[in-house]
Amino acid sequence: MIGFENVRKEYPGGTLAVEDFSLEIASHEALVLVGTSGSGKTTLMRMINRMVDPTSGRVHIDGDDVASLDPVQLRRSVGYVMQASGLLPHRTVLDNIATVPVLRGTSKNEARRRAHELMETVGLDAALARRYPGQLSGGQQQRVGVARGLAADPNILLMDEPFGAVDPIVRRELQQELMHLQRDLKKTIVFVTHDIDEAFLVGDRVVLLKPGGVIAQIGTPQEILSDPADDFVASFVGADRGIRALHVERVDGRDVVVDADGRAAGVLESRAAAGRGPAGDGPTGESTRGGQPISDQPASDTPTGGQPRGATSP
Amino acid sequence: MNGNPYLEAFAWLGDPTHWSGPSGIPMRTLEHLGYTVLGVAVAALIAIPLGLFVGHTGIGKGIAVTAAGAARALPTLGLVTLFALMVGIGLTAPMLAFVILAIPSLLAGASSAVESADPATVDAARAQGMTEWQILTRVEVPLGMPLIVGGFRGATVQVVATAMLAAYVGNGGLGRYIFLGLGSQDYPQMIAGSVLVIALALVLDLALLLTQRLTLPRGTRPA
Repeated sequence: MIGFENVRKEYPGGTLAVEDFSLEIASHEALVLVGTSGSGKTTLMRMINRMVDPTSGRVHIDGDDVASLDPVQLRRSVGYVMQASGLLPHRTVLDNIATVPVLRGTSKNEARRRAHELMETVGLDAALARRYPGQLSGGQQQRVGVARGLAADPNILLMDEPFGAVDPIVRRELQQELMHLQRDLKKTIVFVTHDIDEAFLVGDRVVLLKPGGVIAQIGTPQEILSDPADDFVASFVGADRGIRALHVERVDGRDVVVDADGRAAGVLESRAAAGRGPAGDGPTGESTRGGQPISDQPASDTPTGGQPRGATSP
Repeated sequence: MNGNPYLEAFAWLGDPTHWSGPSGIPMRTLEHLGYTVLGVAVAALIAIPLGLFVGHTGIGKGIAVTAAGAARALPTLGLVTLFALMVGIGLTAPMLAFVILAIPSLLAGASSAVESADPATVDAARAQGMTEWQILTRVEVPLGMPLIVGGFRGATVQVVATAMLAAYVGNGGLGRYIFLGLGSQDYPQMIAGSVLVIALALVLDLALLLTQRLTLPRGTRPA
């Protein structure tokens, strides 16, 4: 468990990044901090591995105040996946992935062997092992970044806009694979993004931040969509513009879910017919948001402008 | 002394008697090279750690830049004469001057090498749990190695061109030909000495240029 207690961060010169932030993150949950720039989301995440020390307040991991831990040892025990990968340009893919285990004293051979396994885990062709980061595509680099973050098998994985620098198609692919990975690995993930769709896709819980690290709303994607706390949240998730509003139209005996622009988002199935997992291979229309099948929705007519739970949870 | 002194200089260089013995060209070249290597090496012992420290921490950057600039402006002949008056004839005085001459390039090379590392890469290395020493030795120095070698290149070329001043205060090196020639108005010998210094400087510059290319880390070379 990760806990923030009345955390405040003020930079010299008086910039107030975080005013007074408290939060508890359960073990094995994927928590997303989402907000615009200046919301302090990255600052908060970096307090967990002491890349940033709070001006006041406490951050603890499983009861230990991180301020009492050696920052170097702490960072080696927490996975960190960064924006634009942050790979070492002069080291091969394999050695980049092996970085943390080698720092922790694992032999180079053992670390490389494990790095090979991780390449497979994150869907990287083994032929890329000897390449340098500069020879990879953006998507491949991010996969290497994820593999490096997982290499020491940390309980906690920090992800700082990890898919921000790749094109939307690759981003969607990486997001899906992260969710598959998380289903197996059950890490405690703290994920930072400014993309609300990504937040709803990845997060078990989502924390919506206003400037200064002020929490606008905490909840599951469903809770936030169905009951935005205020206008700020409604505007951030797009509910005020009708972006999230879906309705059902009956076409040839099937319920078709249509978005506010009249585009088909998917087909509504009865719960009995949809016994598959939430990210299974249910029917998805070409404009389905979030890429998740809408198979959990009980077949019932939902009025236009309503916010059917599940149907809109991307 | 009639005829073209340049042609005579090449005749002088071609004379086999000038290529043997303790005052022959190979010996004098070795001496000259020895002064250069010693001067640059001593300077490096001071300037490289200092430059890496300044580059990594940013501490004392203003002072380092100012001091390096001031040292560059010092007239080397004046320094050699001054030190010779202080410590006497011998190798100490010119060596002190060479060290002072070499420090600015080495310092600038080392500090700019460290500073040239992408801040995002350094941040990532720190976030993975590298100590500051590991960041310096495993990230910043390997990535900046061509710039460090560039500092050596600049320092070496300056010292090798100035090392003839060692002969001015009673030492050997290729400067002997220049100062002997100057004393006896033997211009071909002077020119020959100068040509040898120039040739040595070019050879060293080329060698270090190649080293610079070779130290470019794999993965950052343009394909």
